[in-house]
Amino acid sequence: MDMTVANRIEAERLAPVTTAAKPAKVTAKDVNVYYGEKHALKHVNVDIPDRGVMSFIGPSGCGKSTFLRCINRMNDTISSCKVTGLITIDNQDIYDPALDVVQLRARVGMVFQKPNPFPKSIYDNVAYGPRIHGLANNKSELDQIVTASLEKAGLWGEVKDRLQDSGTGLSGGQQQRLCIARAIAVNPEVILMDEPCSALDPIATAKIETLIDDLRSNYCIIIVTHSMQQAARVSQRTAFFHLGTLVEEGPTEQIFSMPHDQRTQDYITGRFG
Amino acid sequence: MTVAYFAVLAALTFAAYAVAVRRSSAIAVAGPVRLHSLPAYHGLLAASVVLVPMLLIYLIGSQLVTTLATSNALSQFPADVQSDVMKSGSALRDVRNLAAGQHSGDASPVLTSAAATYSAWLERGTYAIYGAGILAAFLGLAMSLASIKPSFRARTHFESVVNIVLMACAGVAILTTIGIVASVFTETMRFFFDPAIKGRPGVLEFLFGTEWNPQQAMRADQGDIKSAYGFIPLLTGTLLITFIAICVAGPLGLLSAIYLAEYATPKMRKYAKPVLEILAGIPTVVLGFFAALTVAPLVRGAGASIGLDVASESALAAGLVMGMMIIPFISSLSDDVINAVPQSLRDGAFALGATKSETIKQVVLPAALPGIVSAFMLAISRAIGETMIVVMAAGLAANLTINPLDAVTTITVQIKTILVGDQEFDSAKTLAAFALGFVLFFVTLILNFIAQRFVRKYREQYD
Ligand SMILES: Nc1ncnc2c1ncn2[C@@H]1O[C@H](COP(=O)(O)OP(=O)(O)O)[C@@H](O)[C@H]1O
Ligand SMILES: [Mg+2]
Repeated sequence: MDMTVANRIEAERLAPVTTAAKPAKVTAKDVNVYYGEKHALKHVNVDIPDRGVMSFIGPSGCGKSTFLRCINRMNDTISSCKVTGLITIDNQDIYDPALDVVQLRARVGMVFQKPNPFPKSIYDNVAYGPRIHGLANNKSELDQIVTASLEKAGLWGEVKDRLQDSGTGLSGGQQQRLCIARAIAVNPEVILMDEPCSALDPIATAKIETLIDDLRSNYCIIIVTHSMQQAARVSQRTAFFHLGTLVEEGPTEQIFSMPHDQRTQDYITGRFG
Repeated sequence: MTVAYFAVLAALTFAAYAVAVRRSSAIAVAGPVRLHSLPAYHGLLAASVVLVPMLLIYLIGSQLVTTLATSNALSQFPADVQSDVMKSGSALRDVRNLAAGQHSGDASPVLTSAAATYSAWLERGTYAIYGAGILAAFLGLAMSLASIKPSFRARTHFESVVNIVLMACAGVAILTTIGIVASVFTETMRFFFDPAIKGRPGVLEFLFGTEWNPQQAMRADQGDIKSAYGFIPLLTGTLLITFIAICVAGPLGLLSAIYLAEYATPKMRKYAKPVLEILAGIPTVVLGFFAALTVAPLVRGAGASIGLDVASESALAAGLVMGMMIIPFISSLSDDVINAVPQSLRDGAFALGATKSETIKQVVLPAALPGIVSAFMLAISRAIGETMIVVMAAGLAANLTINPLDAVTTITVQIKTILVGDQEFDSAKTLAAFALGFVLFFVTLILNFIAQRFVRKYREQYD
């Protein structure tokens, strides 16, 4: 008992003061997700601050992806999936029937576990989002968006001479950065990444991690990861999920150095998961 | 006798397998070293060493024996029979009939002795085949049993047997194709260049002539009526009907495929897809009279009501029904390829804020395009090759027109019309069918070539 209190005091000391002061970008209140009968996510409450990286960790099947997919309503594409509770972005309920899901997804970009560039040219991959949302008035504006997005994704130097080649001809790491460029191109506020490095080799992973670090000053980034080192390296806050519940959430250093919950402790010390 | 040979073949094959498996198992249990290959592989190898030579000896041997028997029988006939293809052919038919005891009427002494020679050779040859086959089988068996040792790589050897068998199967398919093309080609060459054929057209006359009337050409060598083997009306007729069919089946087939793959509930899909595929199973004769008795009058009536003069047999009626026929080829295959597009691509588009129809139009269909093009190609080949519907609904009149309301005819219909009934195979009219067949083959070849170029150019690879 005393131990817990001490932990908490210590945690508050370690927590960056700024985190608390920042208003939350994404807020979840009592979110439950059901796949048919299966209760996959239970009573999740969390505040995710803007301009920073939050990582979701936890054993497989604990609902990290499910929660992530609630934030851009990708779960809508699964007919058996039902979401209850409140999720807001900038205090706006994203499950409000009046809200256009197409516009929501333009504000909330997503990068998937396996790189999934469209079987189109590199240019068209990046230009796809701006085109469907009418973000460019003419060809030169579109060129600018494509160039800027590829630059932000750290891919410009490698592909600038072959923008018309197929995106699927790139290496795995380049494909994933192309997917990040594609997401950035629609100028989102939030970027969701579901284990973006799990299909990549260590060098490509390092590049993506550097990229995430560069991007965090402009976006609210939420990343699901299996690697605790990765969570420690790239994120400022970490949330630990277990069996469909969010066990605890806090500044990354605190979660890894002195977690409040025994389950978190067991997971980060490798006792299960 | 043949049955007995194959019974022996089967028995020896199984025996070889069983014995080899037992032998090698015994070694495996008793021996100090492990077998390189599992007993089943020793068995399979022994079985194939028995089966393959027996089959080959039978197949090659019977060809050889028939040839020998035939030439020996033929040598008994007078020289003028031997040199004339027609006469020797009919003589040989008589010999075979007599040898089989089916000859009607009296047989000449020459024929009787030739038939006796023929039977004798055939009998001796057949025994030789059986003997050789069974000998080879036992030799093979003995060899494979002798080679059963722990170090013997039966598994590797069996792999080469499999390789050879597969290669032989592919070879048969390829050789058959080459044979068909070659035979059609030689007949076509006769049609164009054999001086013995009366009333044949020149190559250019055939390829670019605008009048087709083979009946008239029959009389061409009697009177001074010009022969009429112009191929163009048939080509335009074929293309016109195919075009109408694709205009019907393309949109309907592709859109129903999109519905089935992307919008239909799994339950709906489960019932709708087989129902669509039933369309492909309707015999074309049935579709043909549907076209002639139902669709053609409808088209005619509809045309009349808006003041158009529609022939009672029209390209439009045939094309519409043919379109119905090929819908399932397009819908079913396209549905499969659309389903094969990975879900991750759709997710990628949805996550960027694309709507469902945008995703389908801009991501799914481009990714599925090569497969969709193949589906269309298959449907077009079916339409070009289809005969029955056109015979019944579009008529036989070789009009050079692109008006879908007129009667037209197609290449396949003309081939069928020419070859129906008794024909001599050395008249210009009959040979024209081969020339048509050859050109048809060429047209589909070119279409396939274009499609493949297209697919290669627009292929969008995904993994
Ligand atoms: N499309 C789906 N249909 C049914 N159940 C699902 C579906 N997706 C995920 N689940 C279930 O929801 C739970 C959470 O899955 P997920 O969010 O993918 O876990 P994580 O990403 O943490 O590994 C799992 O038990 C999984 O079986
Ligand atoms: Mg997951």
